[in-house]
This record gives sequence, C-alpha cells and structure tokens, in this order.
Amino acid sequence: MLQIINDYWVYFLIGQYPNGPLGGLVLTLLLASCGLVLALPLGIVLGLARVSPWRWLRWPVTGFVFVVRGLPLLMVIFWAYFFLPSVTGVKTDQFTTMLIALVIFDAAYLAEIVRAGIQGLPRGQMETARALGLSYFRAMRLVVLPQALRSMLPSLVNQFVSTIKETSLGYIIGLAEVSFIATQINTQVFTKPAQIYLILGGTYFILCFGLSRFAYWLERRLARRGMSAAPGRPKQARTAARSAEVT
Amino acid sequence: MPLFDYSLLLTGKYHDMLVAGLLLSLQLLAASLVLALPIALVVALLRLSPVAPLRWLGFAYVESIRNIPLLAHMLFWYFGAPELLPDGIKQWLYAGHIEAYSAIVALALYTAAFMAEDIRSGIRAIPAVQFEAGRALGFSFLDTMRRVVLPQALRVTVPPLISQTLSLWKNTSIATVIGVAELMYQAGQVESATFRSFESFAFASAAYLTVSLAITGLATWYHHRFPVRTI
Amino acid sequence: MIELQNVNKWYGSYQALVDINETIHKGEVVVVCGPSGSGKSTLIRTFNRLEPIQSGRILFEGQDIHAPGTDVNAFRSRIGFVFQQFNLFPHLTVLQNCTMAPMQLRGLSRKEADERALALLHRVGLANKANAWPSELSGGQQQRVAIARALAMQPPLMLFDEPTSALDPEMVGEVLLVMRDLTRDGMTMVCVTHEMGFAREVADRVIFMDEGKVLERATPDDFFNRPQHPRAQQFLSDIRSPFARDA
Repeated sequence: MLQIINDYWVYFLIGQYPNGPLGGLVLTLLLASCGLVLALPLGIVLGLARVSPWRWLRWPVTGFVFVVRGLPLLMVIFWAYFFLPSVTGVKTDQFTTMLIALVIFDAAYLAEIVRAGIQGLPRGQMETARALGLSYFRAMRLVVLPQALRSMLPSLVNQFVSTIKETSLGYIIGLAEVSFIATQINTQVFTKPAQIYLILGGTYFILCFGLSRFAYWLERRLARRGMSAAPGRPKQARTAARSAEVT
Repeated sequence: MPLFDYSLLLTGKYHDMLVAGLLLSLQLLAASLVLALPIALVVALLRLSPVAPLRWLGFAYVESIRNIPLLAHMLFWYFGAPELLPDGIKQWLYAGHIEAYSAIVALALYTAAFMAEDIRSGIRAIPAVQFEAGRALGFSFLDTMRRVVLPQALRVTVPPLISQTLSLWKNTSIATVIGVAELMYQAGQVESATFRSFESFAFASAAYLTVSLAITGLATWYHHRFPVRTI
Repeated sequence: MIELQNVNKWYGSYQALVDINETIHKGEVVVVCGPSGSGKSTLIRTFNRLEPIQSGRILFEGQDIHAPGTDVNAFRSRIGFVFQQFNLFPHLTVLQNCTMAPMQLRGLSRKEADERALALLHRVGLANKANAWPSELSGGQQQRVAIARALAMQPPLMLFDEPTSALDPEMVGEVLLVMRDLTRDGMTMVCVTHEMGFAREVADRVIFMDEGKVLERATPDDFFNRPQHPRAQQFLSDIRSPFARDA
C-alpha cells in the first residue's frame, strides 16, 4: 500500500495539473467550497421565502424545494449535464455542470436548515423587534437572521461534509475528482484494488471526520456561550450546561 | 421531431427498459432496507452499551462509514472487496449478479450507519429513569431495552427512520456507477439509444418523485396515527 | 391618548374581547387586572396591533391605527412595549439592545444613541452593565434593560404586559421601582399586572376584566376597598386569602 501512495500521491492530490486540468483531492475541495459558498446565499433567500408571510412566494419555493429534495443528486446532475448546454448555448464543462448541480441541490437543503433556524428562535424576538417599530425586513436582518445563522453554524459545517461527499458523483460525468482519479490509478495498477479504495476511503474519512468533529465542538461551544437570553439564573444555567457535558 | 414523445414512455421496448429499471431500484431499496435495520439496531445498542470496547466498536463503525461517500463504498465493494475473498466464493459471485450484491452491501452498511444514530437518539430521548426503573426491577441490560426502552423509543425513532429510507431510495441511483441496471442506468441507456433525453429523464424523475412522495406521505401518516406520548 | 370604540376580537369561535369602550388620557397610569384568560394581555396587545381586531376602532393620538395606509412601524415606534419574557436580543450587548432602534429608526448617530442609552441605563440602575451580554444578567436586570430599550425611543405611551410575572420574587421590587419612577415623570402607562401593591400605590385607575369584558373601573382606593361587581369581589378575596373558600 505504501508503494502505491509513494508512486501516485501527486496524481491523487492534483490530478494531471499542470499538464491538464486540475483534479484529485484539490479539485474535490475546490468544488465543495465553491459549491457551498454559492449555495449559501441562495439557500438563505429560499429559506426566507419559505417562512415569509406571502403565499405567492411561499408556495412556489416550497414546491421547488420539495422537488429537488425528492430527486437523487445524480438526477439533478444529469439534468444539468444534458440540458445546460441547450439552455445556455455553450458547452459547459464538467466542473461548471457539477458546480451548478451542487448549488441547486445544496441550496434546497440549506433552505430547510435556514427555515429550521429561523423557526427555532423564540417567537418573542420577532414580535419585540416589530413592537419597537422595525419593519419585517429590518427585523429579519437585524434581529432574527443574525441569531438564526449563528445557531445554524454546526449544521452548516455538517452540510459542508455532505457537499464533500456529493462531489464524488462528478465521477459519473467524468470529472477528475478524487474518486475518479482513484479508479484511474486502479486501472493502471490493476492488481491492488482493495488497497486503492481503502486509501480513497481513508482520505475522505480524515477530511470529513475532522470537519464533523469541528462541527461537534462548535455546537458545544455555542451551547455553553448561552445563545439564548434564558431568563433568571445565569450561574445555574452555566453549571447545568457543564454537568450535561459530563454525562 | 415531436416536442415530447409520449409513445416512448407508454409502450414499446424503451418503456419496458425504464419499467424494468424502476422495479430493480425498488428491489434494491427493499433488500437494503431489510438488511440495514437489524444492523442499525445492533450498532445502536453497541453505542449505548455499558462496556467501553463495545461502545468504541459502534462509534468506529458509524464514523468510518458516514464520513466516506456512498460512491466510494460502492467502488470498494465492487472492485476491491471481491478480490479479497477466497477463490470459490469469488467465482460464485462473478457468475451471479455481483454488481447488484455489491450495491446492496454498500447501501445496507451505509444506511445502517445513519439509522443507528437515529435509533440511538430515539433511545436517548427516553428519560434515563425509565431504564433505571427497568434495571431496578431486576431486568438485564438487554431485557430492559427490549421491554421498557425500545417500545417507547419506537415512536420517536420511526419518523427519522422513514426519512433515512427516503435517502436510501435516492441513493439507489448511485448503483448505476457499478453497472447495476436500475432506473438511473436505464434512463441513461434509453437516452443514448434514442437521444430523447428529456423524455427518459422526465420518466425517471417522475418515478423518483412519486416514490419519494409515497415515503413522505407514510411519515406524515405515521406521525398522525402514532403520536409520541410522554407523561 | 388611546381610545377604544366598540372593540371586539375573536380567536376562531372564542370571543377574547367583548365590546370594549375605553379611553386612556395623557399622563394617566392605568392598571388592568383580572383572572387568567380574562383578556387583559390580549387587550393591551391590540393597542399596537400585535393582535388584530375584528370589529371596532382603536385611535392612537386621534388616528385610527387600522386605517388603510397607516404606517404600522411608525406608530409602533411611538409606543413602548415591555413583554413578560423581556425578549432582549441575545446577540447584542445591553447597550446595543438600547441603541439599535434609535439608530435605525430615528437616524441618531452612534454617539447620540450611546449617550441616550447610557443615560437611560443609569436611570434604571444598570449603567455598569452596558457592555455585558443579556445572558449574563439576572431576570430582574434583563427586564430593567428591556424598559430602558423601550424608553430609548422616547415614546409618549408605555405598555407593560405582566412585566414581573416571569421573575423570581426577590427581583420583582427592582422592576416595580423603575416603573414607579416613570410615573413620577408623568409618563402615560397602561400596565397589566398581578402586583396589587403597585396598583394601589401608583395607579390613577384600575380596570377589572373577566371573560373579555370590562366589569369594573374605579380608583385604586375604591376598587380595593369597595369593589362593586361580584366577580371583582371574588377575585380580590381569592387573592387575599386563597384558602378562604375551602373553610
């Protein structure tokens, strides 16, 4: 196994670059990061639409989110792959196709996370902001969203982990992400498929496990910071939180 | 060329291919689900066990499976694992539908990891005092689980499990990568044979959405029919 | 300042407010009391349209607050509302809680808003907590900050919805003292409360409600010593000696 790592680690990391397009683990990370960064604003807009008081906005967005969440990601990728060129008139490359599919898919899931974050806040927050005289949008912007987004951070990190896993489906349209590269290595080496795929698994594991531990740490830190202004007993709340961590 | 060729979807060879794909997808769903549930239960109990090495075993299973994409699992079980098996079994597998078996193994193990966490959360949602009451009466760990905790945990756990079943249904599409002739694969085949990509993908999308809707409907019905009862 | 004319409100088929006709004059301190479910919180929440009404009119400073084209946010910023659950914004410091609305809605500069907020915090006795987070404060302290936050908009009318009901007994006094101070400066106040001592000492008028109707209006002296309506008599005797009925 070590021999394989020794021979192919550069290819595994960056694909054929600089003799070809970027590939491998770096491409996986790049795709996942761009995907999430672009999906997040869209997800917030969709999430806001889902909780808005206007039916003409809520229903179409709910329908969209429902359809996207009811389809496999592979289906979304195929739609993007086969129909984007005819819609845009340009032959989109695999990276862009995959990126667009990821953004649409993740935005639908993020919309639900945002919706849950907003609805998880005590109702009094929005009411108080309105009672002060702030408009619906200002109240959202200054009071509700800052709190909702902060409480969503662990979910966002977990969504990033999911996105990294989702990039593996680029394999199907020939995108040179890390799973595709592993299969290429396998066809060259030929006699050690188990080891190669174990290395692939190990790579994903280190990356995703590390990130999900980070999300876990974030969640505990947020709980300790007391994100809710729970009335009355700050000291008792802190000791209660600490003993909850111990059990 | 007609804008949407219904005849393609309703009769004929391509219709049959798509329907065969759908049926295989449903079979994958059923087989993986039947395998995943008992595995998930065992792993959940491992995670909750009072014996530390068992707990660690459960944790290792869940974390190592969850942090690796399903595609990589499928590639491993199809390309990698059979090579590790003794020759006799290997021959028998290659003679049969090895790609389907690999897919089912990958799907079952993957889904079981997520379901185990949902079951564990469900059990932990039951106040610890219920477990203590069972032990105080003299029941063993397993008996207490079986008689006191699990029956209560069931109602809390079923909705997340239905949600995981929905994910499992969508994940069956990934089996196309290792050549299983399920719905996604057939849609691709029809597309390359006829170049009618819109019709074939529309059929596949409608099929996925219909089953997704049915599963979601099941969850809503369950929630209404069996609400969680606490004291 | 506030006038209710034939106000009726239903929650579905349940009538929460029955034919309310009341006038609150400038400088008056009015206490609204009554048993649970009498509609007193609902009543006060209709004053700034936190609750809608199905029939009748509500006039604030002579304007119908439900007239089409009314700027809800504008008149809400002229009514200070203090909630039972304080509802401080946990993602802002105490000072920021008090400066946000004046800066956003009255266009004050940061310096002006800070000055005004600090003066108010000093008045409620919490100037030293200006940079603390709400979660670090006790319930009584949070409620006093909530009062300062409402006062920061310099409203001509202050509404209190059971401001001490969520507090531990030892913190009730500090909040009532702040409220009494306000009355000495001539603030118009309507207060829903169970604190009879406060009503006796500070109120100009007591309104007693039950089942959505106003059953008695009197000066505190008349109400507490010579209640007219049998329901009011029963209410007062229940409060004074809760076990008397059993004897």
